[in-house]
Amino acid sequence: MAEDMGDGFEGRGEGFIELDRVEKVFEVRKKTGFMKRERREVRAVDSLSFRVARGEMVGYIGPNGAGKSTTIKMLTGILAPSGGSLRVAGIDPSRERRRLAHRIGVVFGQRTTLWWDLPLIDSYKLMHRMYRIPDARYRENLDRLVELLDLADLLDVPVRQLSLGQRMRGDIAAALLHDPDVLYLDEPTIGLDVISKSRVREFLREVNAERGTTVLLTTHDLQDIEQLCSRVMVIDHGRLMYDGPLAGLHEAGESERTLVVDLERELPPIEVPEARVVKVEGPRQWLAFPAGTSAAPLVARIAAEYPLVDLSVREPDIEAVIAKMYAEKATA
Amino acid sequence: MDSGRLYLAVGVGGFRRYATYRAATAAGIFTNTVFGLILVYTYTALWDERPQLGGYDLAQAVTYVWVGQSLFKTLANGGGGVEGELMERIRTGDIAVDLYRPADLQLWWLAADLGRSFFELAARGVPPFVLGALMFDLALPTDATTWLAFLVAVVLAMLVSFGIRYLIALSAFWLLDGTGVAQMVMFVGWFCSGMILPLNVFPGLLGEVVRALPWSALLQAPADVLLGEADPLGTYAFQAVWAVLLLAAGRLVQGMATQRVVVQGG
Repeated sequence: MAEDMGDGFEGRGEGFIELDRVEKVFEVRKKTGFMKRERREVRAVDSLSFRVARGEMVGYIGPNGAGKSTTIKMLTGILAPSGGSLRVAGIDPSRERRRLAHRIGVVFGQRTTLWWDLPLIDSYKLMHRMYRIPDARYRENLDRLVELLDLADLLDVPVRQLSLGQRMRGDIAAALLHDPDVLYLDEPTIGLDVISKSRVREFLREVNAERGTTVLLTTHDLQDIEQLCSRVMVIDHGRLMYDGPLAGLHEAGESERTLVVDLERELPPIEVPEARVVKVEGPRQWLAFPAGTSAAPLVARIAAEYPLVDLSVREPDIEAVIAKMYAEKATA
Repeated sequence: MDSGRLYLAVGVGGFRRYATYRAATAAGIFTNTVFGLILVYTYTALWDERPQLGGYDLAQAVTYVWVGQSLFKTLANGGGGVEGELMERIRTGDIAVDLYRPADLQLWWLAADLGRSFFELAARGVPPFVLGALMFDLALPTDATTWLAFLVAVVLAMLVSFGIRYLIALSAFWLLDGTGVAQMVMFVGWFCSGMILPLNVFPGLLGEVVRALPWSALLQAPADVLLGEADPLGTYAFQAVWAVLLLAAGRLVQGMATQRVVVQGG
């Protein structure tokens, strides 16, 4: 208890973001007839507890309406929790929203913090004033962000003329000018093309590595998670369903890899103990085997017993794994 | 001091944002000039029938028309300031972005709206006024003090105007679609601020009421200072009281809105 109150614990590795049995209940009024309204409680976040250490990069995923955005809003202090306790960098977000604001950066992929009608640089000048960034620090950060995010040619362009990818890079720079300790990213790659996506991801990796910025990433694009986060939290119906390394998610979801083999000619389904055939199409066959096991013995056996021409291994789709988790939860 | 610089930057941004739309500004000047002409001919017919109506002579009535057209966008007495954008942000949930910033929502939008108002005053206020002065005999003061007193009243009117419109905008937190309220307030605003007829023309109790409402601080108050019909200090006091009341109400409602209302959208 005493530790939680002191300022000293901020710097330690443990619990830079701390949620302890956090709840958020919304009251929804539904019209049930003429002048009649029914009150109903919606539990958007239900007894949610987790800790994120300083410098961690964590993926936070779940289907629409799972409670992701509500969590982020509580972490920025926009919404106050209905129960439980919440700390970011030792600060209670909803009590000291303004003080916390100086230490966090937020990027909402579908919203912009930039001034629509004015050149990009004007929004940055505003951040300079808003976050009271010392002049030298501002110039240094701006130069670096402009270089890393390739914004030099865009600074004098009105934001409304930027492409979605350019605007997103502009927004990410705006969120980092004041050296935040924590960065919340809500769908940072939504609607971007492949090149823009990989650019944003590469940049985020660098920021995390160089500055030790703690990153909480909400996304529907699981490649974001695969390429950026070593830890992933899965939330559904306001509850944490999985918290651990990405690889563990496969085990938790009992996912399978797929071996695709091309044989010399059309043959009956391959019979091997390590795998089962899931599909046959002419000389091509698809075999499923557990994601946790090596493909090598399986390949060796097939090569020895069958006329093998070519093969490839397909990694399991996390999306399918998660969908399976939700389905299991629903039937459990 | 530092926050002063922030809101100054927001205000300058507000000014520059509106300055980017030059075609809209030119179209606006044209519209205000045409409306001014229509009103001048209507008023001329009216004052021919009823000289000294509302205590104005014809030259004062015509001057009142051009003051009204010149301040139309500055004071946004029928809406058309930053409140439209603010309502849209509340409706779409973009307001979340404004809320997590280390800045005060009301001061932020006040600064942005003042920036807009000063732009409209310079770009859309001066040209119709000059055109009106060239075409008609206006009852204009010859001393700089009255002009200065007029400008102070205009700045106070900007604050009152923002106070009204900020409250309207915040209604979107509850109503989600504030277009209905905005339209209603637009008509009330036109009528009660004296855009259609000067408020001192209104008879009896109706006149007493409209002259006490905050909208009379928008156009009637500065116009009477310019025309030498009102004591500037008394006018300022009236405007200041409404400005303080409305801005305080705005703060109160803002607190309620951000406390209990869900921010829209994921």
